[in-house]
Amino acid sequence: MSQAQSDVILRMRGITKTFPGVAALQDVNLEVRRGEIHAICGENGAGKSTLMKVLSGVYPHGSYTGDIEFDGEPCHFGGIRDSERRGIVIIHQELALIPHLSIAENIFLGNERVHRGLIDWNRTNADAGALLRRVGLRDNPVTPAMDLGVGKQQLVEIAKALSKEVKLLILDEPTAALNESDSRHLLDLLLEFRQRGITCVIISHKLNEIEAVADTTTILRDGRTIETLDMRGKGVSEDRIISGMVGRDLEHRFPPHEPRIGEEALRIEDWTVHSPTQHGRVVVDRANLTLRRGEIVGLAGLMGAGRTELAMSVFGRSYGTGITGQVYRDGVPVQLRTVGEAIAHGIAYATEDRKRYGLNLIEDIQRNVSGAALARIAKGGWVDDNHEFRVAEDYRHSLNIKAPGVGTVTGTLSGGNQQKVVLAKWIFTDPDVLILDEPTRGIDIGAKYEIYTIINRLADEGKAILVISSELPELLGICDRIYALSAGRVTGELPRADATPERLMQLMTARSVKEFS
Amino acid sequence: MTTVVEVETDPVVAAPTRFSVNLRQSGIYIAFAAIVVLFEILTSGSLLEPQNISNIVVQNSYILILAIGMILIIIAGHIDLSAGSVVAVTGAISAVLMVDLDIAWPVAVLVTLLAGALIGAWQGFWIAYFGIPAFIVTLAGMLVFRALTMTVLGNQGIGPFPDDVRTLANGFTPGFLNNVGLGVLGGADLFTLLVGLAAVAGIVVVQWRARRARIGYGQAVDSLPIFVAKIAGAALVLMFIIVQLARFKNLPWVLVLLAALVLAYTLISQRTVFGRHIYAVGGNLQAASLSGVKVKSVTFWIFVNMGLLASIAGIIFAGRLNQAGPTAGNAFELDAIAAAFIGGAAVQGGVGKVVGAITGGLIMAVINNGMSLIGSPSERVMLVKGLVLLAAVAFDVWAKRRAGRSR
Repeated sequence: MSQAQSDVILRMRGITKTFPGVAALQDVNLEVRRGEIHAICGENGAGKSTLMKVLSGVYPHGSYTGDIEFDGEPCHFGGIRDSERRGIVIIHQELALIPHLSIAENIFLGNERVHRGLIDWNRTNADAGALLRRVGLRDNPVTPAMDLGVGKQQLVEIAKALSKEVKLLILDEPTAALNESDSRHLLDLLLEFRQRGITCVIISHKLNEIEAVADTTTILRDGRTIETLDMRGKGVSEDRIISGMVGRDLEHRFPPHEPRIGEEALRIEDWTVHSPTQHGRVVVDRANLTLRRGEIVGLAGLMGAGRTELAMSVFGRSYGTGITGQVYRDGVPVQLRTVGEAIAHGIAYATEDRKRYGLNLIEDIQRNVSGAALARIAKGGWVDDNHEFRVAEDYRHSLNIKAPGVGTVTGTLSGGNQQKVVLAKWIFTDPDVLILDEPTRGIDIGAKYEIYTIINRLADEGKAILVISSELPELLGICDRIYALSAGRVTGELPRADATPERLMQLMTARSVKEFS
Repeated sequence: MTTVVEVETDPVVAAPTRFSVNLRQSGIYIAFAAIVVLFEILTSGSLLEPQNISNIVVQNSYILILAIGMILIIIAGHIDLSAGSVVAVTGAISAVLMVDLDIAWPVAVLVTLLAGALIGAWQGFWIAYFGIPAFIVTLAGMLVFRALTMTVLGNQGIGPFPDDVRTLANGFTPGFLNNVGLGVLGGADLFTLLVGLAAVAGIVVVQWRARRARIGYGQAVDSLPIFVAKIAGAALVLMFIIVQLARFKNLPWVLVLLAALVLAYTLISQRTVFGRHIYAVGGNLQAASLSGVKVKSVTFWIFVNMGLLASIAGIIFAGRLNQAGPTAGNAFELDAIAAAFIGGAAVQGGVGKVVGAITGGLIMAVINNGMSLIGSPSERVMLVKGLVLLAAVAFDVWAKRRAGRSR
């Protein structure tokens, strides 16, 4: 018994945290053993991030009830600094590196290597180099953070945590923005940390990753602890975790769909796009794509393959320079020089980053929904806001947007509901072709199912749909046909029947078209 | 607005309580009412005397006109530091045209408005199409147009202005009808009273029809007693001002102009596609651009509009002083910016209302006027205005943070 007691590095007991009118956490218990990888699962809004904010002192002692015990001692953190001093470091979903500062400066920000009141640059850079090697990076510590890709930035964040002599490392959705190989590297790193006795808490939506690395999984639902699963030995299946998260058996993660495929709606020929920032770099290389009415087409590719760049360059040249090639709508060649022209030709593009590029977060649902098609509710330049209200209300019901009303500010909605607002906005432009870039990124499983159902419904209405996704199961689950993109080139095209994760991954990593033609 | 851009895994949506929403939106009007009452007491009733009300409007009309243009620019996420210099240079242009060249005043006014729009287009070009931050472009404009003012004027004032222009800037509507007796209040201009009654009737009809339409579409509306109370309150305030003005010298022409501008720009900002695009650009530039909003064009035209409004203010200011001077309009832009922020605009853009900016301008006007009535030295007036600006924005930030935390 005493052995088991000392094994526990963190014990949170009876944590209750309420916001005015809402109980975010109710009597939550969490026990993390020393040296393990402990996963926390739950749908968005289940309270995972709130729990971690309580732990790290973002919500100071006194603003919640319950006890926290770390390393055998009770904790009363007044802020993040207090928890960091005890060796608890949290790495947030949104990276916090300062772009113009070097890797070394970022690592030691707030924790500078000082000699007699002045920064000791030699030591700073040498120590940073050592930390970088521990996370498997070979980059020069004086490189500005902005020159690193997302994957490497994530690793720099971890190096920064290591510099603080971390005992408990908390990672909030660490792989959300990473491609497959970067994700794998990061997970390997966590396994390596476990060897060295660093305890990790990982919050993730990616159940396959949890299955691969976690020793224990705690499931939260609606602000309560549901269960704690031992993941060692006999494997706990993804479906087992999912049923705990949603509180119901989710036999099918993807709604069934019988496609009725019609005429060609959009064809892209010899599409080449150059990078606007790096002179001469080809981002999309002579791509050919065809979308048909009623068909859901997938676009697979690793990070940096040029998926988003391809979509945005077609969507009114909102990305890239030196664009050549031809776009055909319903078989007719068209010029799409601006976003306005693309919308006028019945093309819609729902961005992968809804907060930065998709929504006006300080405006309400009503005004966001009408944002791309104000002309449809206006007469002679005058907006009919009653009509606008009606439209937004209709979408709130038909897409099941969970909000008290269409006057709710979109910044306060959960990810899934924000995504539905983005979809409503584009559906209201009455498009024939919908390009959905990562339509389910960062949203919970229940909402994903709803989004898939909406996509199926749109296809049944005769719209051509292109889904860009980093999650292969998703593409395999909902698409009728999948294109693979590698380094800007379309390396292959697979009908649903022939598509397997392995085959797709081969195409996504292919260096040239020839290898597979 | 960093508070709403939080990590998305926070708990269930909490509907903002009715009270907190109301407080943030109506706080500015409550504050205005409180300030008016305070100075009415401190000045032993002089503040709301007929002549003083007229003075407040006439003396601040040009700031209020600038505030209308400024709030649109601030909503779009920009700033204009050149407004005061543009007031000066357009005033100088109008003086040269009317006084030196003896051109008929309607022509001269039109040419001046055109010049103002061109100045706005010049700045709008650099900001929208060349991509230089508005702060820099208009800072340069502040120097350039002040320099041009001095060049045009040869470093001396030009005047006097034609009578018609002076009347527009400083005068009152003629008594088209006779005076009527209002008992203890004495005589008042019948025409002004009728205009006031017509305005009240207009408000009632428009609001009632809007309410009926909203109910027809199933939208939430205020309960009937609250609706009636709001309308009655607005009507009472309006009629009080009208009666006071009617007892003095009828309606100041600038008030008529200002009312028309406020009405027009409220409609433009709230009800037109162009107006909605201004909010969209300020709220999230990238999202607006990916929604097909012509971001550059919107930015360009709000600066053209600012130039136009600054030229109106320029003519009125010069006409009121009966002379265009090299120091005209000094620091007017700061008053207009302060008016916009006191009136509820957000520094990050995307938020604000024309009526709010006007109220913000009036708050400063009342403080100015009230404090000078009780004989405060000008440094104290400045001190108070500065603190009021800080307090207003602090309140807004606080209210937002509270709203953000409660979710």
